[in-house]
Amino acid sequence: MLTDLQSYPIRRDRLHGLMAEFETPEQLLTATERTHREGYRQIDAYSPLPVEGLAEAMGIHHNAMPAIVFVGGLLGALGGYGLQYWVSVMAYPLNIGGKPLHSWVAFIPVTFEMMVLSASIFAVVGMLALNGLPQPYHPVFNAPRFVLATNNRFFLCIEAGDPLFDPDETRQFLQSLSPRGIEEVEK
Amino acid sequence: MADISLSPPLVVGYKKISDVTDDICRPMERWPGGTWWMAFAVAFSMLLLGAVAITYEIATGIGTWGLNPTVGWAMGITNFVFWIGIGHAGTLISAILFLFRQRWRTGVNRAAEAMTLFAVMCAGLFPIIHMGRPWFGYWIFPYPNFRGSLWMNFRSPLAWDAFAISTYFLISLTFWYVGLIPDLATVRDRAKPGFRKTIFSIFSLGWDGAYRTWNRYELVYLLLAGLATPLVVSVHTIVSWDFATAVIPGWHATIFPPYFVAGAIFSGMAMVLTLMIIARKVMGLEAYINLRHLDVMSKLIVLTGSIVGFSYMTEFFTAQYGNNMYEQFVFLNRAMGPFAWAYWTMVSCNVIIPQFLWFRKIRHSWTLVFIITIFVNIGMWFERFVIIVTSLHRDYLPSSWASYTPTSVEIAILIGSFGLFFTLFLIFCRLLPVIAIAEIKGVLKHGAHIEEAH
Repeated sequence: MLTDLQSYPIRRDRLHGLMAEFETPEQLLTATERTHREGYRQIDAYSPLPVEGLAEAMGIHHNAMPAIVFVGGLLGALGGYGLQYWVSVMAYPLNIGGKPLHSWVAFIPVTFEMMVLSASIFAVVGMLALNGLPQPYHPVFNAPRFVLATNNRFFLCIEAGDPLFDPDETRQFLQSLSPRGIEEVEK
Repeated sequence: MADISLSPPLVVGYKKISDVTDDICRPMERWPGGTWWMAFAVAFSMLLLGAVAITYEIATGIGTWGLNPTVGWAMGITNFVFWIGIGHAGTLISAILFLFRQRWRTGVNRAAEAMTLFAVMCAGLFPIIHMGRPWFGYWIFPYPNFRGSLWMNFRSPLAWDAFAISTYFLISLTFWYVGLIPDLATVRDRAKPGFRKTIFSIFSLGWDGAYRTWNRYELVYLLLAGLATPLVVSVHTIVSWDFATAVIPGWHATIFPPYFVAGAIFSGMAMVLTLMIIARKVMGLEAYINLRHLDVMSKLIVLTGSIVGFSYMTEFFTAQYGNNMYEQFVFLNRAMGPFAWAYWTMVSCNVIIPQFLWFRKIRHSWTLVFIITIFVNIGMWFERFVIIVTSLHRDYLPSSWASYTPTSVEIAILIGSFGLFFTLFLIFCRLLPVIAIAEIKGVLKHGAHIEEAH
């Protein structure tokens, strides 16, 4: 039944995009480079493994993660040191063996641990947030063959929202990349 | 790329990408065999024995342990340091070797990280039950309270330790989980609709392998590796400070941090090998965990084992060369006193036996390496026992000298911690991919195709 339904053309406003299937990461990389050169911008490549050079092929040159992690580390370190200073000097000054209340050397280990902890939390939460994870729904999962995207197939999707997108021309273009198959993806 | 074509392939045989998925997912998808159930029954019984012993200890009091006013730390802290040490290899493999671009780590990193988590759980257990009143365990952390606003002392290494171990556990957990996300999606897409698929769908967070996602993911993985690398060194350094900042002879030494870190990696590598040699056989993963791994990890064991041996000598020399009679006595007492048997067990297992790994023939024998790793595991437990008990039992005043014998409760708890460790590891082998599927797909062609240059 499912395959029967698929053979009907999907209405334009219900179309998420056109998806081409490839067998090797090299084919996906070349196809993505050509698609980007053709001028398509709302594209995404789906792959079971990270492919070197694919980000550049898609025209992604900026990644916000290092800045986010730096801020996380800085806040963790300041917070960790600040907490120890406040506790040991202001809130509850304890005289331990005549050592100064503000014995900064002894505060370094906890400061360091708090820096690492906070930077890592920022890294993971930031990555998940920017990637929109967890995502309960995504149109690409509607494509019947897409289950293979986490196994051994490589997909390239040109989304219908792209200004250059035209159901027929885009399909012809994708065909010229000699994929294993092309599917319409319903929203 | 020339060096890669010279080295043997990371994955033996010509595996297709889909073969990798099948090989790694298949053991998880069938009902476990008799061997697994037998191993699980043994491990779980050990865990239950430990649970009974801990319940008895907590209900009765810390007097059920063989501790006395002189030897206030003994098996509990030995086990704590032992398990924390085991936990270090996972992060070494997953983070440090990742930064050094050691692609062979891909075959073993997932299992090693899981091992780290379980070992840190076992380690965390001991300080908590050692308190005698574990329900007050949270007092070690600063939290707003109504006791006239009472705060902790941040100048104590025990407080640093609590921060270090908790951070280490949380980071290991996130690092492990982040690495698992793409593989959970692989399992999700293979599973038939039902309970299992739902669980994997939830935990894979809707991962679709989109490249914008991979791009951030890879960078975050790199950054986490960069953060975990100094962390792993800091954790055992801080554990060593628990001893080094005390005035007990035999503990008060500046060599402790590097000596402890090397020992941790040494023991952890041995435990990874012990587990992986069994797992590859039982789960049919011979192609992914192969002679190359055995060879490289054996070399790491012989390196770190030699550092440990060198540290023993340095420690001994410094004590005798320094003009402190208490230090001199402690070390002579270690080698010739009532615990000499423990000291020489430690030296034979950690310094002498690993030296056999210099020979390629021995490094390439699964059985011999397995036997050597067992010796290293035993030796490293005794190292901590020797450091803790021999230093304490005869310190400055002969009038306070005492001895120490572990009680059956302490031994049962040690057995229980092994039970906890193996139970968790066996469950992990059944429920989650033991090898990083997405990563191994990326190294499939390493060394296999020399004509790869475009």
